[in-house]
Amino acid sequence: MSRARTQADPEAIDRTLDKASIEHYERLAAEADAHLDELAAQAPLKDVTLEDQLRRRGITRREFLKMTAVMTATMALPSMFDLRVARAAELATRLPVIWQELQSCTGNTMALIRNSNPGIDELLLDLISLEYSEVLMAPSGQAAEDQLEAAIEQYRGAYIAVFEGSVPMADDGSYLTIGPAGHTGIEIVKHVAENAAAVIAAGACAAYGGIPAARPNPTAAVGIADFLNTQRINKPVVNLPACPVSSTNVVGTILEYALFGRLPSLDAFGRPLWAYGDRIHDKCERRGHFDAGQFVEGWSDIEGLKRGLCLFKVGCKGPMAHNNCGVVRYNDGASWPIMSGHGCIGCSEPGFWDTLTPFEVPLAGRRFPVFGIDADADTIGAVALGAAAVGIAAHAGATLVKSATEQRAAKKPEAKKEQ
Amino acid sequence: MAKHVIDPITRIEGHLRIEIEVDDAGDVFEANSSSTAFRGFETIMKGRDPRDVGMFAQRICGVCTFHHFERGVEATENVYGATIPPNARSLRSLIWAAQTVNDHSTHFYQLHAMDWFDVVSALSADPAAATEEAHRWHPNPFNASVSHYSAVAAKLLAFVQSGQLGPFAGGYWGHPKYLLSPEQNLILASHYLDNLSVQRLSAQATAIFGGKNPHPQSLIVGGITSARDGLDAHRIAQYQFLMQKSMDFVQRAYLPDIEMIGSVYRQEALAGQGGGVPNYLSFGGLSLSEQPWDNRSYLLPRGVVLGRDLSTVHPVDAMKIGEEVAHSWYTYAGGQTSLHPLRGQTNPAYEGFNPDGTLKTAGGYSWVKSPRYDGNPMEVGPLARLIVAYAAGKPEVRAVMDDYVAKLGVPFEFFYSTVGRTAARALETKIVGDYVPTLLGGLINNVKGGDDRFFNRYEAKDGEGYSMGEAPRGSLSHWLVVRNGAVENYQAIVPSTWNAGPKDARGARGPYEAALVGQPMADPESPLEVIRTIHSFDPCLACAVHVLNRNGEEIARFEVEV
Repeated sequence: MSRARTQADPEAIDRTLDKASIEHYERLAAEADAHLDELAAQAPLKDVTLEDQLRRRGITRREFLKMTAVMTATMALPSMFDLRVARAAELATRLPVIWQELQSCTGNTMALIRNSNPGIDELLLDLISLEYSEVLMAPSGQAAEDQLEAAIEQYRGAYIAVFEGSVPMADDGSYLTIGPAGHTGIEIVKHVAENAAAVIAAGACAAYGGIPAARPNPTAAVGIADFLNTQRINKPVVNLPACPVSSTNVVGTILEYALFGRLPSLDAFGRPLWAYGDRIHDKCERRGHFDAGQFVEGWSDIEGLKRGLCLFKVGCKGPMAHNNCGVVRYNDGASWPIMSGHGCIGCSEPGFWDTLTPFEVPLAGRRFPVFGIDADADTIGAVALGAAAVGIAAHAGATLVKSATEQRAAKKPEAKKEQ
Repeated sequence: MAKHVIDPITRIEGHLRIEIEVDDAGDVFEANSSSTAFRGFETIMKGRDPRDVGMFAQRICGVCTFHHFERGVEATENVYGATIPPNARSLRSLIWAAQTVNDHSTHFYQLHAMDWFDVVSALSADPAAATEEAHRWHPNPFNASVSHYSAVAAKLLAFVQSGQLGPFAGGYWGHPKYLLSPEQNLILASHYLDNLSVQRLSAQATAIFGGKNPHPQSLIVGGITSARDGLDAHRIAQYQFLMQKSMDFVQRAYLPDIEMIGSVYRQEALAGQGGGVPNYLSFGGLSLSEQPWDNRSYLLPRGVVLGRDLSTVHPVDAMKIGEEVAHSWYTYAGGQTSLHPLRGQTNPAYEGFNPDGTLKTAGGYSWVKSPRYDGNPMEVGPLARLIVAYAAGKPEVRAVMDDYVAKLGVPFEFFYSTVGRTAARALETKIVGDYVPTLLGGLINNVKGGDDRFFNRYEAKDGEGYSMGEAPRGSLSHWLVVRNGAVENYQAIVPSTWNAGPKDARGARGPYEAALVGQPMADPESPLEVIRTIHSFDPCLACAVHVLNRNGEEIARFEVEV
């Protein structure tokens, strides 16, 4: 059975470190140690220990350390953090988490419970103290709301608030009400976020509004960070977009929080750099075929599909999309969209439902009626691409230029003879 | 009389509110079901490329993932007159089967089992007696040993002693309507934990041909993209292995547990508690041929059963579907009480709540409309599919259902209850899972014969079309109008709408509300019986909600000749 592969060989990272980097990482390590000591001094919120969890799953300590080493590498930290990440996982019993559903399809919760056996994801979810989750908890009604209030009260200022789904702003928020008193999404997010230590927006809807916010956005839906801005609530927010979010990215973010007591370094769209720093295209298993100009020419090109050629011409948005899907894959490494022969739809990008559709139309050949002219990328070039993916340009200008160049390169073999 | 509000109903997808009123004897005499969230999906669909419809529609629900995807893709195929090759049919049906096994077992253990088993009672179980008890229901029960049950009990005890119950916190533990023995509770608690791992296998199986789960990505208008996986013996074997492991758990845990629950809760079932409306609807489950809906064959055939009369299966006539809004937060211009969804209007008229926070039940009280078939409220879902298939004389279904009631020594009417609905879901899991080898054989034979087509070419064109089928929770239909190459109108009628809709103009209740009325309540402050009945339908409310398009001032008009 296929397995998720590591992002990089940690040893190799260490070998390439120069003196300045080593000093940087040593400072980070000292910071982590100080924070982990602080956590260790606190009483666990849950009478569940790592040892119990490992024993129950029949995982040896050595296997556990291997898993945390993989996670460390995925989080773009060198191997000197392996044991520190392991310790952070162990101390996760000190982390209270509240998971709040909003305008969502529950796909992100499902992604967590359907993913990865018996990996660190599941392990960590058992270790953290999940104080409230509508989907997974036993009580309903007043008992559920009481539990939420009790958790907020008890862990005020200390819990991580995870939101799934967007916040509808239209008509005073009446498109989403929860609880016996009929509180709106607006009221709930304010209440839960205001008292949190940090906020995680899990999935495309919580991050940027997602599909409810797609044109014409009938409920005036917004993502969590935008919402908190409008309410002038100042909390650290990390966006974990994708539809649904990868459980590895949720777990890595929680581990990083346990490690340093703060959220990861983010890109201009609030995404952790270690997970969203590369384009899908950069780490794609079909990249060699792109470079060699070998493409699936259309859906009836069965030979191209069989050979696993590049999907750019059938609409793959990998060159515009930032995430680590190609590395960690989905469902315990079973597959990911590009492996299954369908292009990437760019679901980690803000506004992708509007800017990266139609999904089957290649970027280079796309027409952009929004400009009032009927032009494609060849005639309006990088300007159109920049506008279509306005999000990406802000933090990946260089990549964008490269991507436009690549797209022109991609046009060439098309001009030749189809295979 | 007292009014009790239960909101949020947890362990469902989306947001649901139930209000019940109980009389002095403690029986429910009034029940109102309301959905309290809205996203406006149909409005968002307008103007899109019809080839994208499936991808958009899939985001209606992350639990019924894939089903909305397939319906959306099929709706466009129906408009284009596109067909799919047999290999594409096989892969789509293999994903359907794995998704159904995943959905049913996850629903039962993770979302519903806590309505039947009492975690706290499990603590006092004797692991040796529990092992013996497990062997009463299966000769080789799943993970049943003294050491395993002791470990599970120790884990539960640790939860309870720490006061950190996590997802077990705040349940109605100790409620008098928890009827299982401590040992039986421990068996179910153990399987609850087991299934957290086991259910991932069937999700993984869907990803083999779907790319990922939730929200697979491999379906395209005219076929499927995962040709490389479908032609790869290793990938097929991987799927087969994952499904065998999943079905092993179904055989040795899920089915025995359902027999145990049926046996212990038999009186409630025989009293008809939670039976609801006597009408059952199915659009056809697990497609066996690549033809369009009107002449496709199914493992679980489509049909209508009215008044529990199993002697007649009426054919499904899509034109007999009507939606009412008498008690929804909508109005119909022109004053009609019922409109065919194809001519539906959606004019939001939110009335809010009473000053005391309860629903205004005299008027509108839900974002869900009330769909009716030929004027009748219809139950949809696993029970409805099996009732229709049974009445149609499907031998696989008859054998499994007859066997279940025979083992319990109860009449067939046992199924018309909350317990029966929960049992039907398990029995359907077996019927679908058992059919997987046949599906795989079909794919392998076809490929062996030299057919490597996974996509049929089509001509994009304007027109009107639909797709009708079955999601785990019940009947699902998508309706599409394409003009000038773009989506002009989109409608979806989803399972939870059929089940969760409020009263119609004549005051007739939908399945949820009907199933609750008359329910005796041991303690209205701890409404375990209500939660159990609602969960037995497997509510999926974001999904029910999405159907309600909000077009602002515009009146949606949707006209399709069916």
